[in-house]
Amino acid sequence: MNLTNGKGSTSTVTSAAVSDQFPAGLRVLVVDDDPTCLMILEKMLRTCLYEVTKCNRAETALTLLRENKSGFDIVISDVHMPDMDGFKLLEHIGLEMDLPVIMMSADDGKSVVMKGVTHGACDYLIKPVRIEALRNIWQHVVRKRKNEWKDTEQSGSAEEGDRQPKASDEADYSSSANEGSWRNSKKRRDEEDEAEERDDTSTLKKPRVVWSVELHQQFVAAVDQLGIDKAVPKKILELMNVPGLTRENVASHLQKYRLYLRRLSGVSQHQNNLNSSFLGSQEGTFGTMSSINGIDLQTLAVAGQLPAQSLATLQAAGLGRSTAKSGVPMPLMDQRNLFSFENPRLRFGEGQQQHLSSSKPVNLLHGIPTNMEPKQLTNLHQSSQSLGGLNMRVNASATQGNPLLMQMAPSQPRGQMLSENTGPRVPRLPSSLGQPTVSNGISNGLLCRNGVAGNNRGTAYNPVPPSSLLNFPMNQPSEMSVNNSFPLGSTPGISSITTKGSFQEEVTSGIKGSGIFPSYDIFNELHHHKSHDWDMTNPGLTYNASQHANPLQGGNIDVSPSVLVHQGFSSNQQTGQSRDAALIGKAMFSVGECLEQDNLQNTGQHLNPLLVDNTIRVKAERIPDASSQSNLFPEHYGQEDLMSALLKQEGMGPAEIEYELDGYSLDNIRV
Amino acid sequence: MDRNQSRRQVAAMKQCLFDQDDANPNFVEEIVTLHYRDSSRLISSIEQALKERNLDFNKLDTLMHQFKGSSSSIGAKKVKAECNLFREYCREGNAEGCTRSFQQLKKEHGALRKKLEAYFQLARQAGPHETACRSK
Repeated sequence: MNLTNGKGSTSTVTSAAVSDQFPAGLRVLVVDDDPTCLMILEKMLRTCLYEVTKCNRAETALTLLRENKSGFDIVISDVHMPDMDGFKLLEHIGLEMDLPVIMMSADDGKSVVMKGVTHGACDYLIKPVRIEALRNIWQHVVRKRKNEWKDTEQSGSAEEGDRQPKASDEADYSSSANEGSWRNSKKRRDEEDEAEERDDTSTLKKPRVVWSVELHQQFVAAVDQLGIDKAVPKKILELMNVPGLTRENVASHLQKYRLYLRRLSGVSQHQNNLNSSFLGSQEGTFGTMSSINGIDLQTLAVAGQLPAQSLATLQAAGLGRSTAKSGVPMPLMDQRNLFSFENPRLRFGEGQQQHLSSSKPVNLLHGIPTNMEPKQLTNLHQSSQSLGGLNMRVNASATQGNPLLMQMAPSQPRGQMLSENTGPRVPRLPSSLGQPTVSNGISNGLLCRNGVAGNNRGTAYNPVPPSSLLNFPMNQPSEMSVNNSFPLGSTPGISSITTKGSFQEEVTSGIKGSGIFPSYDIFNELHHHKSHDWDMTNPGLTYNASQHANPLQGGNIDVSPSVLVHQGFSSNQQTGQSRDAALIGKAMFSVGECLEQDNLQNTGQHLNPLLVDNTIRVKAERIPDASSQSNLFPEHYGQEDLMSALLKQEGMGPAEIEYELDGYSLDNIRV
Repeated sequence: MDRNQSRRQVAAMKQCLFDQDDANPNFVEEIVTLHYRDSSRLISSIEQALKERNLDFNKLDTLMHQFKGSSSSIGAKKVKAECNLFREYCREGNAEGCTRSFQQLKKEHGALRKKLEAYFQLARQAGPHETACRSK
């Protein structure tokens, strides 16, 4: 069956046979809106003896990939597509399925190609694509497998590692190293042991840990116990005491979680302001939400496929975040809506988060309200757009809204997905905060619309009143005032990110601040004042984020990390996700450490996800289907946007950022 | 001359295609037909966009990008060159240049189509065993 390295299939049996035929039978998925090109590619790939599946829409491609997780070995996608940006699709795939993705386009401009690299594409082809170029695409599959395997090994779970001389991880970074290792593995493949190894490797290789709700809860409990500052993978692993879980799994998950928290804290700050008002109402909702979330999460967890975004959205939803990108996310309402949405998948991640946080929803709000610094608020303003992604869970009560939001998200498949991802970080419905209560019902509807219209802010948290939804732009000055400031601040990073994707459209409403709060509440709990501190403390941190003005808040952190990560890891991307993830994690950790303060942590966490997402795209290791991950992932999307947005804002070049961060990351790698 | 050009085009196309497919000897023709159907739509959209008072260069650029990708995939070199020119003008915001180059592009596009049609006809006449792509 698997002619190839048995990706997705039990390679064990066919290993010997496979090696002979490989790369014939490689299962390729081609996505391109141009039918001519699609046909030509299919023909050429068939000529190379590959198994080809065509799609002309990114949504279809994602569905196909989700339904059949291990049904494909590699994906080739066009950059410019009408329904979803090729890079967004790339991110999604990286997060959810961790497959190698090749971008292609008639556009051969350096910036576009660079974008491909930063998003984690393992190759970039210029149209017209020549058949010779297609003959070699199998190398990406092998390389990825190899790296995965290596990661697994590193975590100490694989004995097979011995077999494969993993040249240092660093080696992986450089393509030459990869080749070398590849060669090793190749040789091995030829040998008898190869088969064996392959088997092991395959089994090892798919160490993608599914972060189910329970698992994530265990994780969060462990982290809380240790204290977010002191949460080290090793200790967390011990506390969790889950058989089969490796330190590496925990490390990568922690990275994402941190990023997520950071994102939330950024958002929550604003939200807090808003939330405080909602708190009362929300508390009730939280409780409800938790249960709902739990359920949703469960479902989602099962699905396992929940894109980070969706989870985030869920969480956001659960928390009552008003991710409503389009309208003003009504925290309360949104939540309600969110729940009703069926996009459990998407929201799952969020739900989880929320679920977790819901336990202390109140806390979040309390803690946050004051935090919202004015500057953050202002930032939020800008980022309001990104808020969409933030999924401000704004009101726990909105839990119900959340589901709705989620639903909305699905409607916009691509946008939503993306937004969802970023969502966790930033409550999408920044603006919704203002109007939480009211429009939930309406907003939901609107959200849906908005979602559909826009990029799926997915988090449809904010059921914000219909009119407001679209207009988001802080129509509700009163409530949202806080939001505005906050979301923007927090979301700046995020918003930029979201804008990047579909969000922009959705965000139009200017969710600037409102939506974000809700979700943050949840996170705030965790980080509690981190966000605040973060801002304050930042100055100390090299985290440069300060440059960006609210590093956490919004994009700064994201940017930095991403930048940092990008720089460091861009090369890694190709090499292996785990590696990158680890790196990013490290970077994140370092950042986080620098920040040390609670806030920092949050930021760092947010950063991580961002970093991971943006720069590494490699799928930061197992994209936990489970909610926890999803939350983090949403940031992914935003990362790129954030990064660029932040950079633009700050006027800092990546180099600058990198430089600053470097200092930290290297020193504080806490992984 | 015509034949030559046509051949060149098809030869270019062959670079991307693996024509010798017994299962589908008309593959090339199919592709070409598909391309022309698709590109006609694009061309009319571009034309539409060009008629507007204030040219939206971004939109034009996007449309042209699509067109360029499609044309280059089938090996239409001249058309592709015109596409590049058009995009250059778009980037500069040169409306006059855009219109001009678009006219040129349409010309090339149409000319190629004719040649290809002629070519296919000839190929069909030459016999079924000679696939349409077998141009010498």
